[in-house]
Amino acid sequence: MNDLTRPSGAPHGAGAPRSHKERGAPRPRKGRGVPNRYWAFVAPALLAYAGFVLWPIVQTVRYSFYNWDGISTLQGAGLSNYRTVFTNGQLLGVIGHAFVLILYFSVIPIVLGLAVATAMRRFVSAKMSAVARVVLFLPQVVPLVAAGIAWNWMLSTTGAVDQILQKVGLGSLAHSWLGDFSTALPSVGIIGAWVLLGLCIVLLLAGMTKIESSLYEAAQLDGAGPLREFLSVTLPSIRQEIGVCVTVTVIAALSAFDIVYISTQGGPGNATMVPGLEIYQLAFYNRQMGLASALAVVLMVLVLVCILPIQWYVRRGSGDR
Amino acid sequence: MIIARRNVVVGWLLLGVLMVVTLLPFVSMFTSALFPSGSYPIGISWPAHPQWGNFLSAFRAADMGVLLESSGLILLGVVPISLLISTFAGFALGHLRVRGGQVAFVLFLLGLTLPLEGIIVPLYYEVRGLGLLDTRWALILPLIGLFMPFSVYWMRAHFINAPRELSEAARVDGATTWQLFWRVHVPLARPALTSLGILLSVWTWNQFLLAIVLVDVPTNRTMAGALGAFQGQWGTNIPLLNAGSLLILAPTLILFIAFQRQFVTALLQGSLKG
Repeated sequence: MNDLTRPSGAPHGAGAPRSHKERGAPRPRKGRGVPNRYWAFVAPALLAYAGFVLWPIVQTVRYSFYNWDGISTLQGAGLSNYRTVFTNGQLLGVIGHAFVLILYFSVIPIVLGLAVATAMRRFVSAKMSAVARVVLFLPQVVPLVAAGIAWNWMLSTTGAVDQILQKVGLGSLAHSWLGDFSTALPSVGIIGAWVLLGLCIVLLLAGMTKIESSLYEAAQLDGAGPLREFLSVTLPSIRQEIGVCVTVTVIAALSAFDIVYISTQGGPGNATMVPGLEIYQLAFYNRQMGLASALAVVLMVLVLVCILPIQWYVRRGSGDR
Repeated sequence: MIIARRNVVVGWLLLGVLMVVTLLPFVSMFTSALFPSGSYPIGISWPAHPQWGNFLSAFRAADMGVLLESSGLILLGVVPISLLISTFAGFALGHLRVRGGQVAFVLFLLGLTLPLEGIIVPLYYEVRGLGLLDTRWALILPLIGLFMPFSVYWMRAHFINAPRELSEAARVDGATTWQLFWRVHVPLARPALTSLGILLSVWTWNQFLLAIVLVDVPTNRTMAGALGAFQGQWGTNIPLLNAGSLLILAPTLILFIAFQRQFVTALLQGSLKG
């Protein structure tokens, strides 16, 4: 982790003297003894990355300026695909859904995770945290597709959720959660919260157990209550872990695909359509490669715009402690 | 003392509730998988006559033997190559510190946030152009590329902290860079490589979008991709669907429980670093 805290522009190992004395290597300028042929070590990884990530990114941007059905020749479209993305009510709604999902994928796991981790912090025994880690991590290990299938069944009219509601006398709430226009998107969000909550708890707890107890003792001597303690000792100390949780969960929310594909296919109507699934359907069902690519570019930029400030904030924060 | 005890109780309660919520979907899958095939179980209930044979039918329906083999082959294609080339790159960027390596590193970093949906359209045409659609290579090659940002980041982070004195000593003894890499640094990197190997295996196994776009034949897909096809085929037969899903989950679950310490450490570090 210490590596993240290093400003990426700064030269590495500024304090460490370089000591490569490669035999027969040309004496480097300015004492930098690194022959260029070492790039051969980087080349295979760079090639794989360039071939299957960088090149497709360039192609996505290119396609976004054309109308293309995937078969006939490309037809220049200027900015019209982008205009469609930003003016078409349905596509704007799809992007809006991604932001609604942030509420469920990020806010719920992090707020709940903070509460649970704070409650658990004081008494975490090795045995208990081992059990907690294994169980709470299960959703991270199973494929999202399986989570989707399991919850699809749980949330159906004959599923466990309605069954439990009826048992506790809330039978009037029971219905098809994923089939109802008003509850479909929140239900998809809850599936995501279920997947990410365990990860957030374990991450935050790991951060909290590293805080020196003397900090809490000092706060208590100063007469701080539990809330004050949480705000001025716990929160600042786990800023980095919170940053990680936010980063991971926001990316998961904006690029959600598997869960939605399996549980609702974007329906009912367009109630749970998200950018990832819309790109997939535009490209492979409607054969509108240009529009799909424009939405893809918007999605990639959106993720960067959301993530870079968070990373910047977290890195800046770790410098002044 | 009283406050402390109350905290313990509250903590256990919270943890208990959370564990129940986490396990509930799996329990619901399991009990309904035991109902007669094609029937409509209600929520979580125990069947009068548990049909253990459902797992056998699901095994056949999903062609599990072929699936395991296919996923295994994909793993064998993706993981060793990814580990090898990302270790090379991490070594050069983190330890040898090639000139201009910063630029390459920032380029890799950018890939860390990339949503796969962003490049799926050109990836489809690229793989089609290579004539690899519907083969396992259609998944293996793109996955290696897609794993590079994280893998290189991970290995570089390891090599940044690798002791430089060892390299100096080895050089004094006349070791070439190649020998230095294989004899000194790869053995030292074993824990980092193990964690990375676990993460890449899980991510490969669970990859869905690539599988459904690039491979139409379920038996050439990853586990998650095949599960998607299984749902499409048996979606209305709840007992069979759940039995099949559990079977497809089983290998991951067994691996997870067997290697839980490495898994959790890897995933924790993985998300911290990523």
